[in-house]
Amino acid sequence: MARIFAYISHKNGVADDVALELIAAARKIDPGAPLTAILTGSGTEIDTACESLRHSFTEIWKISSGALAYPNAELVRKALARILPRGSFVLVPHDHFGVDLSPGLSIKLNAAFVSDVVEIEGIAPPFLKLVRQEFGGQLSTHVKCDVSSGVVLNIRPGAFKAADVAVNGVVIDKSSEIGELSCGRRYLETVAAESGDVDITRQPVLIAIGRGIQEPDNVSIAQELADAMGAAVCCSRPVVDAKWMPKSRQVGTSGKTVKPKVYIACGISGSFQHLAGIKGNPFLVAINKNPKAPIFQVADVGIVDDLLEFLPELTSKVRELAGAGRK
Amino acid sequence: MEILVCAKRVPDTSENEIELNSAGTEIERDDLVYSINEFDNYAVEEAIQIVSRVGGAVTVVTVGIDDDEEILRREMAMGANHGVLISDDGFTGCDGKGIATILKAFVEKAHYDLILTGAQAEAGEAQVGGMLAAMLDYPFASLVTAVEVLDTKKLKITREIEGGNKEISEIDLPCVLSIQTGINEPRYVGMRGILQVQSVPIPTFDAAQLNLDPATVGETAAKVKRVDYFVPALGKGAEILKGTREEVAEQLIELVSAKGGLK
Repeated sequence: MARIFAYISHKNGVADDVALELIAAARKIDPGAPLTAILTGSGTEIDTACESLRHSFTEIWKISSGALAYPNAELVRKALARILPRGSFVLVPHDHFGVDLSPGLSIKLNAAFVSDVVEIEGIAPPFLKLVRQEFGGQLSTHVKCDVSSGVVLNIRPGAFKAADVAVNGVVIDKSSEIGELSCGRRYLETVAAESGDVDITRQPVLIAIGRGIQEPDNVSIAQELADAMGAAVCCSRPVVDAKWMPKSRQVGTSGKTVKPKVYIACGISGSFQHLAGIKGNPFLVAINKNPKAPIFQVADVGIVDDLLEFLPELTSKVRELAGAGRK
Repeated sequence: MEILVCAKRVPDTSENEIELNSAGTEIERDDLVYSINEFDNYAVEEAIQIVSRVGGAVTVVTVGIDDDEEILRREMAMGANHGVLISDDGFTGCDGKGIATILKAFVEKAHYDLILTGAQAEAGEAQVGGMLAAMLDYPFASLVTAVEVLDTKKLKITREIEGGNKEISEIDLPCVLSIQTGINEPRYVGMRGILQVQSVPIPTFDAAQLNLDPATVGETAAKVKRVDYFVPALGKGAEILKGTREEVAEQLIELVSAKGGLK
């Protein structure tokens, strides 16, 4: 059985929580296979991150270099391609970094690549059987992957339940094995997200709108409901792409992470990128005219209706109730 | 600047409900409405805008079948200068690496300063651009949300990273960028525009013309194969509220109030 490696990101010395999910994924491939965490970075930050993983991994490879102080996937890929044994299984979180790193890494390692893996069904050499999703989560597929020359798997964060593990691992310094690193893409700076007029991360009740809102003029339909309920309006990516709402209102992996008590998703299909931005297990209501929208699988309550018809009805009912309450 | 945009024709999920065939092996493709992958459309718009600022030409290429000419013409109506179809029976069953290998062979026949792909297509794999860059040994950046041409040798680019933050980098040309939606506002294409390019010949390349052995890129070479499709069962599923619109609204208000959702 080949070795399994898990690439772990870290920030300010704190390892990404997804590390424990990658351990769970590795166990599903082969619980007996040796599993090594691999980290790149520099200075005390990577030292602290590696140290913190000793309770989770029996072996941690540290690649420390000034060139890797910022996680530039172009440089990280070169370092990994030099150091990873051929035929390895490499697990990477399917996030903004993994999308940047992994497809090219699989080419450099001459390994297979499967992106955005949500389940691992097991291995029957030379094939690994995996589950992915297509069409924004509307359909799943079983994928058979020939892993005889190794594989890079991008694992969807949140898809695997964090492993329960307690070991006493060792950090192995591999820094001297990577040599000089340079690439044609140079990191300059990070620009922080705009804060916007309404802080959706602090709202207990959110009315979220998606592609189903159809027209910019219809945003007011959601705003009227929000006003009646004392809630705020947020949205999914297509609404921001169309410039109907500012980026500061976007919920999801590339937007804000929200923790409301109640989340009413209107005309949102429920891509994993959007759902990943909803934390704290709110009461989730989905309103969508497509009964097969993936959002209905994760919502508490569903309403199959056209939001452009349903929301005004709901708004007038809420107002009626508020009026009755005042009397 | 010579820009190549790699595009794909995909089932349009806003026009279709994606249904499984009875065997569960494929989606029902007979009555599907297809269109250009949305991400690729943003990439073409970006290429057109770059060329309008610094000069050059935009070529849109797709690996597919004759029907895929439709998206090439659509993008030419938008303003792309050339469309190219790469098609060969031996390419059936390609995986992402196979597509990247075919595109590499095409890129090596010409010279492009910049290669754009959409960040992902309907399968959400987000893989071809990164693979192509690695095969060509070009720099790569994914999820790009802004491109500024600094000079003939480099670009300043913005990548989308977590939490709405933006990562700014400089990247040397030639390079490959995967373009994220929202980078621009793709222009509208009317029927009239499409009719105007209806008779423009679209050059087609097959495996032999690209010096490719289909055995190295098609089904036999593919390490990654889709076995079937199925409808995912996540969680327990929502309780669907029934009744007239008014009744449903009342039920919902009651449920939401109980969760503290009304002031």
